[in-house]
Order: sequence, then C-alpha cells, then structure tokens
Amino acid sequence: MTYVEYKQLNPFQRFAHNFKRFILRVPHSIANFFKAIGRAIVGFFVGIGRGFKNFGVTFVRGDWATKLSYLVFGVGDIHKGKYYKGIIYFLAEVLYTLYMVFFGWGYLKDFLTLGTDESGYRFNELGMTEYHEGQNSMLILLYSVLTLVITAVIFAIYISNIKDAYRHQVMRANGEKPTSLKQDIKDFLDGKYHITLLSFPVLMIAIFNILPLIFMILIAFTNFNSAHMPPGKLFHWVGFQNFGELFNVVQGAKKAYTFVELTKWTLIWAVVATFSNYILGMIVALMINKKGIKLKALWRTLFVISIAVPQFVSLLLMNQMLQTNGAVNILLGHFMGGNPEIKFLSDDMIVARLTVIIVNCWVGIPYTILSMSGILMNIPEDLYESARIDGAGPVKTFTSITLPYMIFVTTPQLITQFVGNINNFNVIFLLTGGDPKSTELYQAGETDILVTWLYKLSVGSEKQDNGLAAAIGILVFIICATLSLIVYNNSKSMKDEEAFS
Amino acid sequence: MIKSYKLRRHLANGIIYVLLAVMGIIWISPFAYLLMHSFRAEGLISVDYLIPHEWTFQNYIDLFTGAGGTASINFPRWFANTFVVAIFSCIISTISVLMVSYAFSRLRFSARKKFMNVGMILGMFPGFMTMIAIYYLLKAMGLTGTLVALVICYSCGAGLGFQISKGFFDTIPRALDEAATIDGATKNQIFWKIILPMSKPIVVYTVLTSFIGPWTDFILAKIIMGDNLDNYTVAIGLQKMLSNDFMNAYYKQFLAGSVVVAVPITLLFLKMQKYYVEGVTAGGVKG
Repeated sequence: MTYVEYKQLNPFQRFAHNFKRFILRVPHSIANFFKAIGRAIVGFFVGIGRGFKNFGVTFVRGDWATKLSYLVFGVGDIHKGKYYKGIIYFLAEVLYTLYMVFFGWGYLKDFLTLGTDESGYRFNELGMTEYHEGQNSMLILLYSVLTLVITAVIFAIYISNIKDAYRHQVMRANGEKPTSLKQDIKDFLDGKYHITLLSFPVLMIAIFNILPLIFMILIAFTNFNSAHMPPGKLFHWVGFQNFGELFNVVQGAKKAYTFVELTKWTLIWAVVATFSNYILGMIVALMINKKGIKLKALWRTLFVISIAVPQFVSLLLMNQMLQTNGAVNILLGHFMGGNPEIKFLSDDMIVARLTVIIVNCWVGIPYTILSMSGILMNIPEDLYESARIDGAGPVKTFTSITLPYMIFVTTPQLITQFVGNINNFNVIFLLTGGDPKSTELYQAGETDILVTWLYKLSVGSEKQDNGLAAAIGILVFIICATLSLIVYNNSKSMKDEEAFS
Repeated sequence: MIKSYKLRRHLANGIIYVLLAVMGIIWISPFAYLLMHSFRAEGLISVDYLIPHEWTFQNYIDLFTGAGGTASINFPRWFANTFVVAIFSCIISTISVLMVSYAFSRLRFSARKKFMNVGMILGMFPGFMTMIAIYYLLKAMGLTGTLVALVICYSCGAGLGFQISKGFFDTIPRALDEAATIDGATKNQIFWKIILPMSKPIVVYTVLTSFIGPWTDFILAKIIMGDNLDNYTVAIGLQKMLSNDFMNAYYKQFLAGSVVVAVPITLLFLKMQKYYVEGVTAGGVKG
C-alpha cells in the first residue's frame, strides 16, 4: 500500500491495516529473534577465541613479571609500581583459594551427583542403631551455583590482572608512569563513573536475582519434591522428566491434564482481563476528560483511591464481601428478597471465573484511567485547533485524532499488561485462592492460573513438587519473554516507520 | 440547529455525570463498607445488614492494646516491623534506582545496551520463581524469619526498576551536561548538582513507591516469615486474623487494622499521584 493510499483510509481501516501488518510480521520477528540468538552465540565463541589468542600473545610478549602474573595475581602491577591494585589482585587470589579449599570444593565436587550419602539410621561399630547425618542435596546445589558464580568472577579478575600487567609493561616501555591512587579515584568519579554507580546494584542483583534464577532453573531438572525433601532425603538430576510430565498427554496423566487446563484458563484470563480493563478504562477516562465535564479531580480521585488502598486489603475485603453471608449477597437480597446465598467464589467454575474477571475490572480499570488521563492531556492542542479550522466536528476530531492517538501510544502498554496478567498472582490468590477445588486437577483449583499453581506446588502445600514448579516457571518465562520480545521489536519498527501524524 | 446542538451536549453531559456517579459509588462502596464496619460494636463476623446498629471505637482500642485473647496477634509490633523495613528498604532502593538510571541514561560505556537487555529479560521471569529460590538462599544464610531478610528482598532487585526514572532523566536536555562539563564538572558532580535537583518528581515518586512497597507486599513476606509471628508485617498479620483459628475473635479488628494501614498509604499515594503522573508521562510517552 502506498503512502497516499494509506492516508486515504479512515482511522479504523488504518488500525486494521496496522494490526494486520503486525500479525503478518510475527513469524518474521520470531525468525529475527532466533537469528539474533544465533548471532549472539557465534559472537560469544568468536570472542572466546580472540580471548585465547590474546592470552597466548600476551604471554609470549610479556616480561618475567607479566609471565608470573599468569600464576600469581598482581605481580605485574606490583613490579611496575602500581602497588594498591597489585595487592588487591593478590588478595583476591588468596581469598578465592581459601574459599575453595575450606568451603567451595566440598560442595562443588558433588555437583554432578547432588550427594550420595543419605541420612538415616544405621548400625555403628558397636552394633547399635544411631542417626547418621548425611548430605543435603539442596545445599550442594545452592553452594555449587554460588561457587560457580564466584569462579566466573575470579576468572574475570584473572583476565583483567593479565591485561593490566601487560598494559603497565607497555607503559613502562614507553617511559610512562602508572597513575596514582588519587588520580584513579578521580577517574572513578568521572570517566569510569558507571563502574562506581553500577557495581553495588549489579552485585545485589547478581546475588539475589541471578543466582536464585540459575538455582531455580537447575531445580527444574531435578526430582526435588516431597518424596525427596532435604534435609534427610537426597534428590537427583532427572533431565527433562518434569517437562515430560507436563507434556505427557497420555490418558489419565493428571499433571499434563492440569497443565493444559490451566494454560487455557491463564490465556483466556489474560486476554479477557487485559482487554476488558483497556476498553472500559479508556471509556471512563474519555468521559472524565471530556470538555465540559466538571469536577475532573474529584472523579479521578474516586477511582485512584482503589489503587492507593493496598491490594491485600481490598482483595481480602472483596473476598469477605462475596461470601454467602457477605455484603453483596445481602445487597442482592434487599432487591430480590431473602438471601440468595450465591456462592460466588467456591462452587461453580463459570461463576467463580466470571467473578474473578469482574473483580479484576474493579481492580484494574483505575490503572488504565490513570495512565490514559496522562496521555489524553498530552495530545498536542494544535492538532485539535487545526482540525477545528478545517471544520471538523467533535465526532470527527474524536475518530481522527483522539482515538488513533490513544491506540498508537498505548499499544506497547497493552502488551505489558497482558504479560502482567499472565503473572497476576494477587487477584487470584487473595480472592479465590484457586477455589473452587477440583479433584481432576493436580494440586490446583478451577481458577488457578499457572503462577498460582507454581506457588502451590512449591511452598503453598504439604505435598511439595519443586522440580515441577520450576519447570512451570521456565515455561511461563518462555511465553512471556517471547511475547515481550516480539512486541518490543515490532513496536519499535512501527514507531520508526510512521510516527503519528 | 445551535439550540438542539446545545441541548444534545447537555444531555450527553448529564448521562456522563450519572454514569460517573454510579461508577464512583461502585468503586468507593467497598471502602465505605470497610470503614463503617470497623466501628461496629455488635456481632462477631459478618452481619446480615449493611449499616451497623451500634458504633464504637473499641475495635481500634483492642487492636492496639492487644485485647482479644491471643498473645500471638500483636498488631502494634507488626506495624513497627513494617515501618522499620519500609524505611530501610526505601533508602537502599531509592539510591540503587537513581544510580542505575543515571548510569544508563547519561553515561556511555561499552556494555550499556547489554546490561539493559539483561535487566529487561530478568524482569520477565515470574517473580515467584526467584522468590522461592531466594527463600532457600536466605535459609542457607540463616536469615529466614528476620526483618533483615525482608529489607534485602525488597531492595535487592530495585535496580531493575530503572525504566521510569531513566525515561525521566532522558528528558533532561543534554546541553546542561555539556555546559557543566565545559566548566570542568565531573560526571559525579553533574549527577548530584544538576540532574538530581532537576528530578524532584521522579525522586519523590521513587521514594514513595519504595516506601509503600513493604506495606502492601504480601506474598514474599509470607514466604520468608513462615510461622514467625513476631516478625510479621501488617499485610500477612492482617491475613492471619482471617484464618480459621482467629476469625471469630479478630474479624472486626481485621477491619479496623485494614483502615489503619489503608488510610496513611492512601494519603501518601494521593500526594504522590501528582508526581506519579508527571514522572510516568514524562518517562512513558517517549517510550
């Protein structure tokens, strides 16, 4: 379609056109996504190859101190007069060695088996039974991951130590002196300020986000469950068994059945919750921001209050109000007579699911109103002015300016909300707790979505199945990440190709 | 023609007013119910009418004096716990978020894009997945059930929430930095003396969101605290009051406690709303 043809379309046709193009481009962007991954992997190996080359070349060209740095960290720096840095390198090596000897290796050596010495009662040399404290698979796995991460860090320090030694060697050959500590500190506040700023947050994220993530991803490949619960019992690597159980569609396979059912409901839930909030929220925002409507601040505040009140308060309250003797049934009783005693949350699947979606509207619409109001106020006034001069009425300005602008600006937000709803734990958990219960599902209820099931499987129940839970987590991540990346790539190209005009 | 147009507009506005009023009532009525019944004197759990017959402050007094028969329900202590946790995690998170945002917005270094992408991908894992692992990690450190653990959890990942404030920093003209650099300012001085003073909305926004977080978080606190009722925060404490063992004695105190938590948070939030809209739209529209 040419530019002129596109300009002749009305806003809805334009939207349909863009939407069609968006859908058509999905396979393309998936392909791009994998191409990018491929490129990244190739780049990674090329980088490693180059690293090895430099490693060798530096060794050949280095003087005795640089060569010794390959074994003892920091010698090169100390020899060239950069004392404080050399000492730090050296200390790093000493600390790492001590850590490995006294702690790390003891766990890392069992990483492949996750422990073979089980706790239990056995005979001692006197022939009496006594409790024998065995190994703890979970600690082995956790500390192995920690040790591997620390080793990666030490390796980076090692490489930087060699580079630094060689750099100082070259500097000395050119007759330059190494920089003083004072100069270095100044540099860390200016040229290398990003290192100063980022090191603390990155360290925190590495320990409390990345390390747990690696640990959980590895758990997905073990049989860590209530039958193999440390301390006391060991668990083992089981390969893809957990994933196999989720995809095992043989008749009567309860876990697979639950997975399919919950995935369906999660997707329905995410679609309905996202679009109901989006459309209704947009309508209310338009009503509030319509010219001539007074008390705008009051209306907005009324809705914003329900965002401000902590969700656990409002949702627990909603849960109480929706009980058979709760406020909603009483209110209905006033109109219909008697108490209808509708079981909103715990009886029928359809009723419970509908209730959850309606309550979610109550929770979510104010968020849409809030962000939409900001956007509505941001529409450039001159667009309206020029439309008025051209003789456009209120309906025309709405369909040709307001609506396309809103849709244009909020599309990325829509996807973020979709992903947010797939992970929307609070509403389901606090409102229904996954009820109504079902005997056909494996440790889940009719309104459970994947993440609440994950929660129930790993901490929320007596009969834990952590391996399975971790596998579900990985699958949810794959769904969310694919969606986000596709949209991220698409929306950027959409923006670049035709800015709103 | 003009007259009928005016009439139509008035009619349309009238309908909108009615709709807004009805919706406003729907949105506000649960809280009205909460507020009214927190002053209810009679009955134990739910009652089959909407407006209380007798009004009293007793529920609030009981809540803070610990009357109710069970020593393990200790609302004042939970309130203090939450306050302490909120203060510390607020300080740490605000500093991390601002540091990370400034680095990504203003500094140019080789791995910048990579760091930002990794940050984005980390944000896509379901929160619970890491939470459960963090629980094991804290357990291995012997920190489960402590307030320190909560502070760590609330502030450790804060650096990942840099998008909004980075977006805001991006809107501050670069010419200011350049002028300062020519005058001999370091990046450090630019951060403290130019960018931060100009970013009041986003700083206030970050402070308030990270302060409010611990009051509203429910699930992480529950996982970490387990049965250690002494170190509960208000969120899990209030939910505890609704458990089967305590519901009869504590239902009305639950309502009162919810009001006690919700009112300050609501006021803070409404105060923050201005900054929220300013910050989010300034950071968001540019995408």
